[in-house]
This record gives sequence, structure tokens and C-alpha cells, in this order.
Amino acid sequence: MDARPTGFSRVTAPQFDPVVRLRDFTRSFGDNTIISGLDLDIAPGEFVILLGRSGSGKTTLLRTLAGLDPTPGQNVIVPASRAVVFQDARLLPWKKVWRNVALGLRQGDVRQRAEDALREVGLGHRLDAWPLTLSGGEAQRVALARALVREPSLLLLDEPFAALDALTRLRMHELVLSLWTRHRPAVMMVTHDVDEAIALADRVVLLDHGRIVLQERIEAPRGERGQVARALRSRLLGALGGQVLEGPSPAEIIALHAGGLA
Amino acid sequence: MAISHRISASLGSARWLSPLLFLLAWEAGSRSGLIPERTLAAPSKVLSTLLDMAVSGELADNLWVSFLRIVIGLAIGVTVGAVLALVAGLSRQGEVAVDPLMQIKRTIPTLALTPLFIVWFGIGETPKIALIAFASIFPVYLNLYSGIRGVDLRLLEGARSFGLSCAEQILHVILPGALPSLLVGLRYSLSVAILVLVVAEQINASAGLGYLINNARDFMRTDIIVVCLMIYAVLGLAADALVRAIENRALVWRPSIVAQ
Ligand SMILES: Nc1ncnc2c1ncn2[C@@H]1O[C@H](COP(=O)(O)OP(=O)(O)O)[C@@H](O)[C@H]1O
Ligand SMILES: [Mg+2]
Repeated sequence: MDARPTGFSRVTAPQFDPVVRLRDFTRSFGDNTIISGLDLDIAPGEFVILLGRSGSGKTTLLRTLAGLDPTPGQNVIVPASRAVVFQDARLLPWKKVWRNVALGLRQGDVRQRAEDALREVGLGHRLDAWPLTLSGGEAQRVALARALVREPSLLLLDEPFAALDALTRLRMHELVLSLWTRHRPAVMMVTHDVDEAIALADRVVLLDHGRIVLQERIEAPRGERGQVARALRSRLLGALGGQVLEGPSPAEIIALHAGGLA
Repeated sequence: MAISHRISASLGSARWLSPLLFLLAWEAGSRSGLIPERTLAAPSKVLSTLLDMAVSGELADNLWVSFLRIVIGLAIGVTVGAVLALVAGLSRQGEVAVDPLMQIKRTIPTLALTPLFIVWFGIGETPKIALIAFASIFPVYLNLYSGIRGVDLRLLEGARSFGLSCAEQILHVILPGALPSLLVGLRYSLSVAILVLVVAEQINASAGLGYLINNARDFMRTDIIVVCLMIYAVLGLAADALVRAIENRALVWRPSIVAQ
């Protein structure tokens, strides 16, 4: 494909075929253009966080990657195996927890696979519970299990922890990271929380008015991001048009992710 | 003092007290001749008539006839209503075809069709069952149809994102989601069916509760009339209990029931 001899950049940054590839992607509702001219690649196993203000088009982009919206005539490549975790867990209230996880599975011992997935998210004891009896955090863990049991090559998360309290949210971060480490799907997670983005991402993509205005790759290992966090945080907040508050909060959150809560 | 006080307090809050006093007053009125038997039989007389009719089998035979009319009429009506609701609820073309007709049907009071049904079906069992069936279509149709249309689109979208086929979405999401509405419709259909039964059985019946009442009217047997009224009330209560039992089984996942 590439006729040129192997270049330097190619050696230092080996190119995989991306699992997601958008070129000049545009999405509008009527006259209202929400996303325009957007290019995005996501490598296999990459953890991308999509950051942006409310109404900036994050959900619209995620729905496109999920295949929930039609994209006629657009240059959009997404993998066939993908799974979505929505902000509201969207469990079917009339199916027990394990049946929700097993929904749509066709091969193998479906019950066993659902059980294993639920054990992995720490809900082995709630297999036969009704969804409406779960707490918000538990429901979201079921939604994670339901997504991961499909072994997707692309995992899409739309503000999955926005409705949870701070401590539960930190626990969920640990859980997502450990699941991601074990299964290695490419992840695109939407959030409007800058600290969440810094703590979790390989790469932060900042969306504003349907355009990518900033991308930051974070090389530092998770848990050792204390030094880079402050500068990164002010760059991201600056691009978001927000005010940068001086304070210990980001460092603390990053430190929490260094191990204390696992 | 304290004990009599407590007794009067507990009597004051007893809900069974006023019906009992009412029955006693009624009985006293009958015994004293204030209420003639041709106007209204005494409760004691009603009770003994009930026992006589139960022992002789007269009650069971006629109740069975009425019961069959309701069950057959309901079975037909509920089935037709549910099928039409599925057609209209699950497809746009179905809605365009079915819903206008059902809305027209709704404007015609079922009982006003009685003369037409007699002309068509004669005076046997058919017009009675047809009236019950016809009346019970609409409550089931309307509730199931709106239940299907009211299914949470976000749940449907979630199911779609996990690759469920159209048939699977109907089976796992739409139908269970519409079930509570269907049960509401069923409840209305049952009470409408009993109402229509009362009128339909006035059509020259030779058996059934309506026949008993008509006969009793001709002989001014107010005791038998009251017995039949009681049976109608019991039928209504039984219908309600039936739907509630179905609900408790089918909707165990609901929080109010889960919480118990
Ligand atoms: N189905 C739709 N029809 C019309 N407008 C929509 C629709 N979905 C989203 N939008 C609009 O697109 C914009 C971006 O929405 P969204 O992607 O949900 O933002 P975010 O998730 O970043 O908060 C909003 O202004 C919203 O009103
Ligand atoms: Mg959103």
C-alpha cells in the first residue's frame, strides 16, 4: 500500500489498522449541523476519552460509532463487534440481572457466560435480582458486564458514571481500568469531567461545536500522572473555555487512582 | 369506665358496623311490615332463598350458563382486541388500517347494537355472546395499543445496540413493556363484559342469571331478584381478584411488588 521505504515515524509509532476511522464526518439534524468535518482514528486497545461541554455533540458522535444512527454516504468504519454502556443503564426491568446480561447472546453456555461476566464486575451475588432493586452503581456495573460479555473490539461509554456519587465513581474507574486491561477493547468514553479524563485516558479528544479542538496523548502511566495533571488540566479547561481553579483536587484524584481504592 | 370507653372507641372505627346496622334496620322494617315483601324481601328471606336455590341446583345451573356466555364472549373479544392492537401498534400500515375503524367503533355504544344483533343472530346464545365479545374488544385494544406505543424507546435502542433482531425486540422489549397496559385493558373488559351480560340476558333467555331475574320479576319474587344482584356483585369481585392475581404473577419485577 505504502510505496515509500519505511520511515522513521513508522518505526517509532507502529501503525495498526484502526478499529474506528472517520473521515470528514458530518452530522446534521435538519438545518442544524451538529458535527462537521471530523476526522477520528482509534487504534485497537486504545482508551480514548471524548471531552466536551453539554451539547457539543459527544452523544451524537458516540451514537454514530455505535451504529445507532444511519450514516448514508459517509466515510465511517466501525468494527462489527461493539457494545454500548449508556448513562442510564437501560436494563430491561422485567428480566432478571443475569438474563439482561445474556440478552442477545446466542453461542455457548449463555447462563455461564453471563454469570462469569457478573462475577467479574463483583455482582456474583445478584444474579437473580430484579434490576429495579439495584443501586445506581450496581445497575451500571450490570451494564458494563452486559457490554463486556460480548467481548467487543470497541466499547462505547456515554457518561456512564455521571449520575453516581464521587466514591462510587472512583470505584467504577478502577473497575473499568481493570476490565480494559484484561480484555483490551478499544474504548471511547464520553465525559464532561476533566479529572476523570486525565485519570483514565490514553488520549483525550476535546470536542467543541462538533469539531475536535484539542487532542492530548498522555504517556505517563495511570497512577503516576500527578505531575502532568495540573498542566494538562489547565490546557483542557482553557480549551473548554472554563476557568482554571488552583487547588489540590486533581492531584488528589490522580493519587487516589495510584492504588488506594483498588 | 375505661373499658366501655375503649369498646365505644373501637366500635366507632369499625367499618363493618354501618352495613350491619343497615341490614338490621332492613330486617326490622320487613318484620314490622313497614317494607312489604313485594317491594323488597327481608335479608333473612333472601338468605334462605339463596340456600334453597343453591341446594336445588337451580343457582349453579343458571350461573354456569351465564359464566359460559361471559367466558366465550370475553375469549373472542380479548383475542380480537389483542390481535388488532398488535397489528396497529407494531406497524404504521397496521395503524392506518385499523385505528380509524376502532375509533369509529368506539363512538357506537355497544348496547345500542342489540336490535341489530337480534335481527342478525336471532334470540339464542349467539347475540348474547356477540354483544359481550363486541364490547370487550375495545378496552383491550386501546390499552394494549397505547402500551405498545408507550414502550420506552431508550430500552428499545439499548436492545438494538446489542444486535437483537426485530422479532427479538418485540418478544423481549415491546411485549413485556406493554403487559401492564394489557392487564389494565383486561380489567376494563371484564367489568364491561359483566355489564353487557346483564342486558344481553334480558333477550328472551331460557337460562342464566338474567332469566332468573326476569322470571322472578313476573312473579314479584323480590328475594330471587336480590339473590341475583348479589351474584352479579360477586362476579364483579371475582373478576377483579382474577386480574389482580394475574398481575401479581406477571409483574413480579415491579418495585411495589418487589418491595414486599
Ligand atoms: N435527534 C435529534 N434531533 C435534533 N437535534 C438533536 C438530536 N440529537 C441531538 N440533537 C442536538 O445535537 C446537539 C448535540 O447533542 P449531543 O450530541 O447530545 O450533545 P452532548 O452529548 O455533547 O451533550 C444538541 O444541540 C442537540 O439538541
Ligand atoms: Mg450526551
